[in-house]
Amino acid sequence: MTRASLDFHPALRVLHWLMAALVLAMLFIGVFMVSTSGPAYVALLDLHRPIGIAILVLVLLRLPLRLATGAPALPEDLAPLQKRIAWGSHVLLYATLFALPLVGWGMLSAGGYPVRLGGGVVLPPILPHDLALYALLRAAHTAIALAFFALILLHLAAALMHGLVRRDGVLRSMTTGHRQAHTPSLADDDNHGETATLPA
Amino acid sequence: MPSLPRRAIGAFALIGAIVLALLAGFGWAAGWLGSRRISGGDITTALEANNGGAEPGYRRAHAKGLCFTSDFAANGKGSALTTAPILRAATIPVLGRFSLGGGNPLATDGRNVFHSMALLLKTPDGQEWRMALDHTPIFPVADVPSFIALQRATTPDPRTGKPDPAVLQPFLAAHPEVKAFQATMAKAVLPNSFANATYYSINAFRFTDAAGTTRFVRWQFVPEAPLAGLDKQHLDQLPRDALFQEMIARTARGPSRWHLLLIEANPGDVTDKATIAWQGPHRTIDAGTLTIRATQPEETGRCRDFNFDPTILPEGIALSDDPLLAARSKGYSSSFTRRAAEGPHASAIGEDLAKGAQQ
Repeated sequence: MTRASLDFHPALRVLHWLMAALVLAMLFIGVFMVSTSGPAYVALLDLHRPIGIAILVLVLLRLPLRLATGAPALPEDLAPLQKRIAWGSHVLLYATLFALPLVGWGMLSAGGYPVRLGGGVVLPPILPHDLALYALLRAAHTAIALAFFALILLHLAAALMHGLVRRDGVLRSMTTGHRQAHTPSLADDDNHGETATLPA
Repeated sequence: MPSLPRRAIGAFALIGAIVLALLAGFGWAAGWLGSRRISGGDITTALEANNGGAEPGYRRAHAKGLCFTSDFAANGKGSALTTAPILRAATIPVLGRFSLGGGNPLATDGRNVFHSMALLLKTPDGQEWRMALDHTPIFPVADVPSFIALQRATTPDPRTGKPDPAVLQPFLAAHPEVKAFQATMAKAVLPNSFANATYYSINAFRFTDAAGTTRFVRWQFVPEAPLAGLDKQHLDQLPRDALFQEMIARTARGPSRWHLLLIEANPGDVTDKATIAWQGPHRTIDAGTLTIRATQPEETGRCRDFNFDPTILPEGIALSDDPLLAARSKGYSSSFTRRAAEGPHASAIGEDLAKGAQQ
């Protein structure tokens, strides 16, 4: 669904940046804890589980909100292939936000581990205790995480291209927003923003 | 291609710098850049090398084992030290595993190595207390680099079957704690049954009571069966699975019991080094009784597919500053992941049963 406004819904923007911080923190925590057998390992693992579940809860809120409120249209002068890539990469980003915590939860379930969130809260297993399944999901968890980091770097580079090189208002639609919806911005870095007001 | 405006060149440079900075930070976090960290894989690989190679499908340490089912009857006295629900007066089922140290799943029982008991206690609310206990109150090394160095120094030379003195002697000279441990092991009684050994937590842990007071605690399971030792001069004459078969036969006749003693640290006790025993009298609480009722080979028991990670603790019990705890957790995890991918293989006891069934 294309959104009439030039910007993403404000709640969606808050969720985006909150989750961006959590996801980046999780990726760094994840690779660091795997690399060490020092005391940081246990401390980071204790953070990794609850943050992962928090990301799962947040994306469960975010996807319906995104589907209900839509996204502002991309600039008209963007090549159709680029638009398709943009759409596909966002589908992948959302899919990974669901997949990575679920694979992590499923992997611990299959390994017979308790999914401890702290404060005595333990989540139930979502898969049977099965070591072959554990091994598969453990490998998948790493592979998906590394692919996710690569995808996030591409997403970030593309967003910065829109904001710093093209200056077409796409980056702003997820940050501060345009000063007034339905009014083309006077700022010269926003010379494509009006295209978003076209009915889809 | 038209030349880019200066502004765009600056923007491209900035975008490139941001992406590179993130990549470099990620590479550092992952340990690909900068100083090398000791990972769980390094610990596991050191254990495999000490064993003369990996034994696919088995635990890389304490490979030879036997499952058991038991219950723990807490008397509630442990609540003086911790809020852990597991120590409130109640009886819960406990899953366990007896094992002997080393990476060879078919090794003979006649070796002066760790006799070990691993436990998984679980309350109905899903909280777990996992333990991996040894029959010695202390551990030979205090940290991870020393543990890896110990594995390297004690790797048998294929020509002699014994560690190379040229490697071992300098290691022992640099590690008096290992020498002290070896001296203790040489003098100590080597239990002639799994049922009459005391099993120790090795590390200290932090217990927090209902008032929020935190104390350091080590614990031990003390058997009701009286201790008797193996003849260390004639260990090589024992049948391969003598200790495991004895425990199977003993359990078939009746249950074996242990008392969980919680030992509170005195002021001045070392709580972050598993190489140092606590001397003299200590406040000790008998928190309940563990009763082992049945044994199963790993093929049919449930213990094989669990990782008895001693850092999986209920609320009210937390890790101490002992660096060995994180290393045990990481090393066990790495071993677990490797054997999970390799698939299970026959245990010594399972092999005995299969032979018996053929005869």
